[in-house]
Amino acid sequence: MRRVLLPAAALATLIGLWQLAASTGAVAELLSLEPYLVPSPAEIARSLWENRSLLAENGWVTLQEIVFGILCAVAVGIGFAVAMHRWRAVRDASYPLIVASQTIPIVVIAPILVVWFGYGLPPKIFIIALVCFFPITIATLDGLRSVDPEAVKMMRTLDSSRWQRFWRVEAPTAFPQLFTGLKIAVVIAPIGAVFAEWAGSNAGLGHLIQADQAYFDVPRQFATVVVLSALALVLMGLTTLAERRVVRWR
Amino acid sequence: MRQDTSMQPEIGQTETVAGPPPYSPGTDGGISLSAVRHSYGELRTIASLDLEVEPHDVVGLVGPSGCGKSTLLELICGLREPSGGAVAVGGRRDAAERLARCAFMPQRDLLLPWYSAIDNAAIALRNQGMRRRAARAATADLFERFGLAGFEAARPAELSGGMRQRVAFLRTLVAGKPVLALDEPFAALDAITRGEMQEWLAAALRTDPRTVVVVTHDVEEALYLCDRVAVLSARPARIVGGFSAPLRRAEDRDEAVTDPGFVAAREEALRALREGSR
Repeated sequence: MRRVLLPAAALATLIGLWQLAASTGAVAELLSLEPYLVPSPAEIARSLWENRSLLAENGWVTLQEIVFGILCAVAVGIGFAVAMHRWRAVRDASYPLIVASQTIPIVVIAPILVVWFGYGLPPKIFIIALVCFFPITIATLDGLRSVDPEAVKMMRTLDSSRWQRFWRVEAPTAFPQLFTGLKIAVVIAPIGAVFAEWAGSNAGLGHLIQADQAYFDVPRQFATVVVLSALALVLMGLTTLAERRVVRWR
Repeated sequence: MRQDTSMQPEIGQTETVAGPPPYSPGTDGGISLSAVRHSYGELRTIASLDLEVEPHDVVGLVGPSGCGKSTLLELICGLREPSGGAVAVGGRRDAAERLARCAFMPQRDLLLPWYSAIDNAAIALRNQGMRRRAARAATADLFERFGLAGFEAARPAELSGGMRQRVAFLRTLVAGKPVLALDEPFAALDAITRGEMQEWLAAALRTDPRTVVVVTHDVEEALYLCDRVAVLSARPARIVGGFSAPLRRAEDRDEAVTDPGFVAAREEALRALREGSR
């Protein structure tokens, strides 16, 4: 109960304070802004309700981008981690490149990908996968490397093939770390999705935020951010559930 | 030497008590080390070591910590090649053949937490290609025999230290190898449990004799369990003495270790250990 009540109470307090600050016009005055640029939580909630079908439509688009992006990241991340663990040469060769891939500024590469792949799904999947595969690769590799060498020796004398050692010792050892990487990935994926959509898109939550910028529809921008956060929370919850099902021995 | 046919008892047969156990290995478990040397880079761990172990002999290796005892086990098991000299198990010198004849029990029990107790014990059978149900059935009567009945489905975390160690030893036994290499099998246990486990291991080896090489820092444990105890010097290791005690693997351990002959052997071995440590 504490785990639900405490964050709920903290959130309620924050929203209450914000409501107070916004509805009295204190913030707008402090920043010398027009009051409509500082929406109160009540106004955001109203916008959320009035735009529910629009938000759902665009949320669905962004969700698809995120899910496909993460799936690609998982496949590539695990593949890299296993190859880097198995072959020292692969690790030495690719580790700097993988780190370097994370220094590519998304805002620079995103427009280029739009030029190459168009306004559709592929450039979004690419960008989300690019930001998400890194935590998955690094965490999985660390997990694989944490295998007890004594356990491997023991298994070698018990007639195991390399493949059996991988599935029966190394992979289960790495599972908890893999899920840690995945949890980081699902939280940064929505950010990647927004950047990808800003570079060029016809739909999606990021696209919506960008469009509302032009109309100064600040309440709807906030409402969109709420939906985006909710997506991240749901994905995080699903990942935790999957972790509990897979890593039962913890 | 893979005893595929004898490894798979018919399920109806597990009731029978008489006769040799179905996983009983052959007798080609002799070990021969001649002029074995080993070094990790510049660090010489084993000077020059000769050791002959007859099939079904239980040999203890005692020595100061860091003297290369564990390395010696790895050399025997074929997990490592010596820098010089020859290691043979069952007359075969190549690492793969040694690996096929030895089962290694590491210092910590290293039960895999994602498997139940019985699946841990049966892992060698699974590795050898047996289906899960058959592997469990083949291991179940050993659980009964070694006082683990009722804990087949328990997770390793739910077992006591002594039970974990028993499962770890069964895992080594079930592999059906002629040679068992035990690396400080009971070092992690408290004194009382350790004594009980030594009695238990002695009983297990009486019913199911194997060639055993056991590394320990406990002279008493070595003398009680082993037909022969080799005392090793500090690094680089060489054998500084061989000892044996009466009443080894006797049913009553307390009686065995207080026997005057045992006490004398222990004193001698300890003296050799002290001198070799310098």
